[in-house]
Parts: sequence; C-alpha cells; structure tokens
Amino acid sequence: MPAPIRLRELIRTIRTARTQAEEREMIQKECAAIRSSFREEDNTYRCRNVAKLLYMHMLGYPAHFGQLECLKLIASQKFTDKRIGYLGAMLLLDERQDVHLLMTNCIKNDLNHSTQYVQGLALCTLGCMGSSEMCRDLAGEVEKLLKTSNSYLRKKAALCAVHVIRKVPELMEMFLPATKNLLSEKNHGVLHTSVVLLTEMCERSPDMLAHFRKLVPQLVRILKNLIMSGYSPEHDVSGISDPFLQVRILRLLRILGKGDDDSSEAMNDILAQVATNTETSKNVGNAILYETVLTIMDIKSESGLRVLAINILGRFLLNNDKNIRYVALTSLLKTVQTDHNAVQRHRSTIVDCLKDLDVSIKRRAMELSFALVNGNNIRGMMKELLYFLDSCDPEFKADCASGVFLAAEKYAPSKRWHIDTIMRVLTTAGSYVRDDSVPNLIQLITNSVEMHAYTVQRLYKALLDDISQQPLVQVASWCIGEYGDLLISGQCEEEEPIQVTEDEVLDVLEGLLVSNLSSPVTRGYSLTAIMKLSTRFSSVNRIKKVVSIYGSSIDVELQQRAVEYNALFKKYDHMRPALLERMPIMEKTASNGPTEIVQTNGEAEPSVVEPKHPPPVGQPASQGNDLLDLLGGNDVPVIPTTMPTKPASAGGELLDLLGDLSLGLSLMAFYLFDLFKTVNFLSTGIPPMTAYNKNGLKIDFTFERANPNPNVAVITIHASNSTEADMTDFVFQAAVPKTFQLQLLSPSSNVVPALNQGTVTQVIRVLNQQKQQLRMRIKLTYIHKGSAVQDLAEVNNFPPQSWQ
Amino acid sequence: MNLPRMLLLLLTISITSSFQMQFMLLFSRQGKLRLQKWYVPLSDKEKKKITRELVQTVLARKPKMCSFLEWRDLKIVYKRYASLYFCCAIEDQDNELITLEIIHRYVELLDKYFGSVCELDIIFNFEKAYFILDEFLLGGEAQETSKKNVLKAIEQADLLQEDTKVSFSPSFLMVWSRNAAEVRDSCGGSEQASWVKTAFLLLVSTERKFWITLNKDMLRKIKMQAPL
Repeated sequence: MPAPIRLRELIRTIRTARTQAEEREMIQKECAAIRSSFREEDNTYRCRNVAKLLYMHMLGYPAHFGQLECLKLIASQKFTDKRIGYLGAMLLLDERQDVHLLMTNCIKNDLNHSTQYVQGLALCTLGCMGSSEMCRDLAGEVEKLLKTSNSYLRKKAALCAVHVIRKVPELMEMFLPATKNLLSEKNHGVLHTSVVLLTEMCERSPDMLAHFRKLVPQLVRILKNLIMSGYSPEHDVSGISDPFLQVRILRLLRILGKGDDDSSEAMNDILAQVATNTETSKNVGNAILYETVLTIMDIKSESGLRVLAINILGRFLLNNDKNIRYVALTSLLKTVQTDHNAVQRHRSTIVDCLKDLDVSIKRRAMELSFALVNGNNIRGMMKELLYFLDSCDPEFKADCASGVFLAAEKYAPSKRWHIDTIMRVLTTAGSYVRDDSVPNLIQLITNSVEMHAYTVQRLYKALLDDISQQPLVQVASWCIGEYGDLLISGQCEEEEPIQVTEDEVLDVLEGLLVSNLSSPVTRGYSLTAIMKLSTRFSSVNRIKKVVSIYGSSIDVELQQRAVEYNALFKKYDHMRPALLERMPIMEKTASNGPTEIVQTNGEAEPSVVEPKHPPPVGQPASQGNDLLDLLGGNDVPVIPTTMPTKPASAGGELLDLLGDLSLGLSLMAFYLFDLFKTVNFLSTGIPPMTAYNKNGLKIDFTFERANPNPNVAVITIHASNSTEADMTDFVFQAAVPKTFQLQLLSPSSNVVPALNQGTVTQVIRVLNQQKQQLRMRIKLTYIHKGSAVQDLAEVNNFPPQSWQ
Repeated sequence: MNLPRMLLLLLTISITSSFQMQFMLLFSRQGKLRLQKWYVPLSDKEKKKITRELVQTVLARKPKMCSFLEWRDLKIVYKRYASLYFCCAIEDQDNELITLEIIHRYVELLDKYFGSVCELDIIFNFEKAYFILDEFLLGGEAQETSKKNVLKAIEQADLLQEDTKVSFSPSFLMVWSRNAAEVRDSCGGSEQASWVKTAFLLLVSTERKFWITLNKDMLRKIKMQAPL
C-alpha cells in the first residue's frame, strides 16, 4: 500500500475544491483511505491520518471513527504520536466512559513519564476534558505534580487541580496541603495558576475561604511588588507588569474581602494604590482598573474608595474606546442599587450613551437609564427614553416599552402624564409592546375617572391618524365603547373639545372591522365597542345592522360574538342596558397574580365578569357544610359548583383563564354562547315562582328547560331588594338532594340595589335524571345597612313542569 | 428553534463554575472555522450549533462596534486580526478587558512562532496553533504569563518531535526533497523557497547538531514542514 498523502497536501487539495459537493467527495475518498489504513493497523502513518481527520473534523465532517486511533497514538512511544494523539483526544472525545477507561491508564502512565513535555501533554488533556471518573482516578497524580519543584509541571498541575475540583468538589481537601507554599513561588506562571486554584477553592467552600483569609497580606505584598517594581521585560504588557497576574490577585482579594471587615481593611490601601497608579492609556491598564473597581464595590471598602471607584467608571464612560464604555455601563448597572446617588451623578453621560451607534452599549445604557429613573427625574428621563424608543432598532422596542411602562407606573407624577406616556409608547412602538399592556392601560384608564373624557378624545384622535398599531387600536376601541357618550358630548376640560357625531364614531369603528390592518382580536374589540355604544348612542338601528352582518362572518370568533349580541337585541333587549353598563372601577388586587392583569379583559361582556368584588365570605367550605347539615345527613351532598363553595374566586377563576388574551376572548365567547344557548332553548310555559321573600329581599325563580337534555332544568334566580339600602356582598347558595345534580353559574352582581332598582340574576342548572320532585335548600348571605344577614330557606313548591 | 433542546444547552453551559473561559473559536471573515477549543463538555451537535450561530452574529457586527456581546447567558469577547476573528466565550462576572488581552497575547504568540503569522499559516499548521494555545491556556485559564516561556516550551517540544524524524535519515531526506517543492509551491515567495533550499542543502551536508544552531526563523520554517 502506498504512503497516504501528507496532511498539508490534503489541505491544499481540499482548498482547491470549488463547490461543497466537490469538497465532500474529496473528503469521502480520503476518509475511505484513512479507514482502511486504520483497519490495517498501520502504525507508521496513523499519526498523519489522525491529523488529517482533525482537519476534516474542523471543516465539520464526522471524525468519530478516529477516536480509538487517538488512544493508540497516546499509547505510542513517539512524541509526535503522543502530541497528535492528545490533541485528537481533546478534539474528538466526549465524556464517554468506555473510551475514558482506556485513556485514564494512558494519562496515568504519561503523568509519570520522564519527559516533562509528555507529562505536560497529559496534564493539559486531563485539565481540558477529564471526566469526573478520570479526575477521581488521577487526582493523586495531579497532587504529586503540584508539589514538584519543576515550575513547568507545577503550573499545569495547579490548573489541572482546578479542573478536578470543578468536576469533583469533594476532592478539594486533597490539594490543601499542596497550596501551602504556592504563593512563595517566584515563577509568575506558577503564581498565576496558584491564585486561580485558591480562587476556585475559596469560591466553592466557605471553610476554605475562612482558611485562606490569612493569605491577604501575602497577596497584597505580591500585588504591591508588581505595581512598584520597575520594568521587567518578561512580564511587561505595554508598561504594566504582568496584568494577568494582577487581575487574578484582585479577583481573589475580592472574594476574600467580601463580607469580612478585617480582610477588607487590610486591602484598602493597595486597592487605592492600584486605582490611582495604574496607567490608563491602554486597554491593559483599564482591565486592571476595571477589576479593581469590581473589588472595591464588592468588599467592605471605605466610602472614599467607593466614590473613587465610581469616578473611575465615570471616566470610563467618557473614554473613546467603546469597549471601555461598555464595561463602565455594565459595572455601573451592578452598583446602581448600592451606590445610587454616586451613579446618579453620571446620569447625563449615561443618557448620552443611548445615542451610541453600538447596540451592546445602547442596550446597557438603556438598562442603566431605567435603573436611574426616580420620582425626581422621571419627566426628563422619560423624555430621553421616549426619544430613544422612537429612534431605536426594533430589537430594543419591546424592552424599552415595557421599561417605560414600569417606570411610569412607579413614578408617574400625574395620571394624565401617565396616560399620555403610555399612549405615546403605543403610538410609536405599538406593535412591539407585550400583550398585557393593553389590559393594563385599560385598567389605568378606567380607574382615572376624571380623565375619561380626555382619554377617549385623545384615543379617538389617535385612531383617526393611524389604525395600524394594534394595541393602540384595541385600547381606543375599548374606550370608545365605554365612554362613547363622553366623546360625543365633547365635555373635555383638558383640551379643546372635538366635535364628532355618533355616525362618525361608528364609521371609525366599522372601519376597524373591515380594515385588513386589524387583527382578529382587534376586530373583536371593535365589535364589542359598537355593541356597547348601542346603549350610549341613539343610532341603535345602525348598530343592529352591523351586528347582524357579522353574524355570518367567516371569522368564527367574530361570528359567535355577533350572534350573541344579536340574541341580546332580539330576545333580551330588556337586559341589554344592564349588561352593557359602564365597567366599574377595577381594583388592583394585592397579589400581583395574573388576575390583576386580566381583570381588565372584561370588555367582552360585563355581565359575566362583573362579580369581581369578592364577597367577604369567611369560610366558604364550612358554609357548604352548614348547608349539608341543613339538608339532613349524607344523602344530600352539597353540589360542587364554582360559586357556592368558592364565591370569592369564581370571577377570578374565570378571569384567570383569560390570562392569555386570545384564549380569553374565545373562552368568554364560549361562555356567553353557552349561556345564551341555555336561555334560548327554553320551553316557555313554566310559571315563575317566588322562592323567598323576607326582610325586603325577594327571590324569584324563572324556569327554562334545556332542549337537548330535557332532564336539565335551568332556573334563573332574580333577587330584588325593596328596602331603601343596597344589599352588598350578596351570595346565593343552593343545595339539592343527592339524586339531583346542581350547577350554579356566576351571579350578575353581588349587590342587590335598593328600592327594586335592579336585580341580581344567577343561573342554576339542575340535572334531574329520575324526574323526581325538585327540592332545594337555599342559603342567603348579604350585608344590609352594615350588618351581616344570613338566612336559610327550603324551597318545595316548584311547579311540576319544572321537574316532570 | 427547538426550545427544550436550547434550554438543555443553556443548562449545560451554566452549570460550570463562575470564572472560566468556555470556549475559543477562530474563524475567517468568510465564516470558515479555523480553530476551536472547548473547555466545557458539549456534544458535537451543540458545538456545531453554537459555532454556526456565533459566527453569524459576530460577522454581522459592524467594524466600529465594541468587542463584546451578550449571547445567551454568556459574554462573547471577540477581536478581528487581519482576516481572522478570535472569539472567546466568558462568563458574566469575568473581566472582558483582560480577555481581550488574552486574545492579544495568543495572537502575539502565533506571530512570534510563525514569524508574522497569516491565516494560511494557521490553516496549514492548525495543529501547531493548537499546541501553542495549549501551552498558553489550560482548562480555560492562562497558565503562563510570560511569552518567552510559552515559546520556549513549544520550541523544545518541537525539537522532541524532530528527534523522532531525524532518526530515519534516508527516507527523511527523500521526504525533504519533496517537501522543498511543496513549500515553494504553497508559499510562492522566492525568499521562503530559497530558505528551504538552503536548509535542505545544509541538512544534507551537516549533522543534526549544526542545524540546531541555524537561523531561528529558517529553522522554524523547516520544522513546520517536517513531521506530518
């Protein structure tokens, strides 16, 4: 067999390939040759073949079949073979066990080799890719080499020990005796790697940290020698003596001084010295200064020193070198929490960095700017940040927008400013804001009662300008739906009122429905807004028409909604004003749970989501038990429904589901549809009945029978209140005997208005498989004139049609 | 992107300790990988993925941008030297500026070793580039802060390697005669070719002891071509 072609020749040949396919073909051919050579156990050219394989591997071709050959090379006596073998092992082998067992033995032999370069190769490989098993097996050898006087091996052994500790932390103790004399070493390589080793041990174990604290004076001395000693050509880097070692020592000092007064005290002087004496014209000097600053900020340093550190960073900010500016921003961001005022002094420089051309710097500057916003500077800072938002790359917009939202929420000087700011974000970066910003803004608007007219007018104007920013359009639709009457009446005090007619407003909303810029969600918002306007505007016929047109929309979501609204017009017109009433002010829940965000999703149908004032029912569970007792023993369980057992969270749960907006909408629609269906299929003719009438509270039942399942009776309760005071926190609960199944849907409200001015409705569905006579126990709790009232009643006089 | 896979990848990267270089990549302006050194255990597939992604990101950056970028939970420090990008991944608390110095030191070492290094030197002698890197960094940390010591170690190890070759003299000379032509072809420069020629003549006419005392640069050019 002829000698295989040489490595350089192969590289040259491959480089002549003009296409990828040509290259692949060459490589396949060569691989075949290499494979057959491997099969023949050709020792002379194995080294060359593996080297070629490594080149192909770098080009991205598979080379795993060379793994075992690497091991054979390592086991060879020739240095060239070993060198390539170890290189191949580092490149080709992963942490597979079977290979590692073989390798452990080879490395073990080589660690005890008589030539230091062979030992060096073994150490290097172990320190680069040794698995934890290998580390366990070879730690003893590494420890031995760490104690030799040969600095070439010692430095490698120290870093190898670092790797061993990273892989198997419990082996750390083993290296403790060897660390004793490490710092007295003159050789910088050994010194540097020793500091790395000590750092690793201190980071991993508090005991070690405490143990090595005594080294602080020694480290300080080494550092001092470095900065005081004159020029030494061997370690000089543009006028600075061994910056690598200096940085490492500073880092170890940081770890040793952290949270320890004595150590911090001991290093104060040297840190000040480094901070003032280091030449800053070159990157190296700044690298050391940067590390010094980090150390000063991390340990318990004197306040003067901290100011010095922040000022160094301030100087960095003005540096021409972008890299230096970048690290300055990064480290200021780290210190902004602890030294807020010191950082605040560099605010204008930081804000200037927003205009930097470099994205990395811009991002840092943006984060830092948001960190610096407070009540005093919010107006100015926000101006800069909004300007930044206008001009920045798309990748920043989402983060910047949410940063503005957060800052505005925290420090807004006035509600109007807050609303203006958010609207500004929505108009400039609307398509980048997160989904939850729409409900958040809606909530904010709802809660600022005095701003309603102003807001709706601004939003209406914004809508006239641009309907492409979906979140803005959604908020605007919602507001126009809610406050359309304010828009028409033009009673805005804040601004020149605009004159619009109902038709104009409806034109705009209908425009949204047909515009192809609108997303399906936006269309939903718009349709609902139009529907709401039916109670606020006089042009009901026009609205009816629109709603009925969309009853045949191809968008199922929209269609469903339109059908529901249509039903509302046709069959439940009397309920429409109540259902479409203005949303109550939404309270922020204490917990920042998802409900807080989604409460504002109530735009779809107020009647369903309104019960968001949780009735203060103490222990719902025990109440259920009361009822259970009432109905006599275990044959009458309380039917698990959402409402009676967990009245407080029924609304919340529903709202929880709405966390995701689109999902929420469809659920809401589904829910509504379900409700209407049950209502629609009623077979009239069952006479209503009065179930309860006491203390001015009257509860009437009306009946329907669900068509698909005649066994289900749908009972709607209507609670009315003839007294002169509202009944609040009204909760209706019901229980039926075991043979029935009962489902209570959410009530329309938990307040029964005084003087029969309105009713609370709630739907109960009873499944009566055996068509038995219906019996029900009801429990009523409410607060009337400040005192809690609780009453129980049994309802036996159901009309026979309702259960037969 | 397959999310679970990516999460897994992030996990593997982030479980390693706090200060450590994770990997170093050298690639050309055309995006060709020239050297890769991984200090964290990752599968081949992950390595390829990371490489592809990073090469794209770094190449897309404009020349005036800063040398750092945040990528996943790592910091990438890169610097371009002529047609080659040197790119290191370090961790959050690491000092970016000193990493730049480490890159620079490696470039200086390559430059000293090859004598005004160019991309072609690294392509054709990639194993040497690895040897130098392994003599400078170990497990992602610098093991030697003196340039001189690194180069000395490499040269001495190279000599060890030559020893084995010199021992079979006749075929070695055969190899050399072919080699001279190769070098002339690949380098093209008349100067380097004549170096090799001289070296070759010297080699034929003298014994090994003598050529150790040869002009160092010349020697280096010869050594580079010798073993593989």
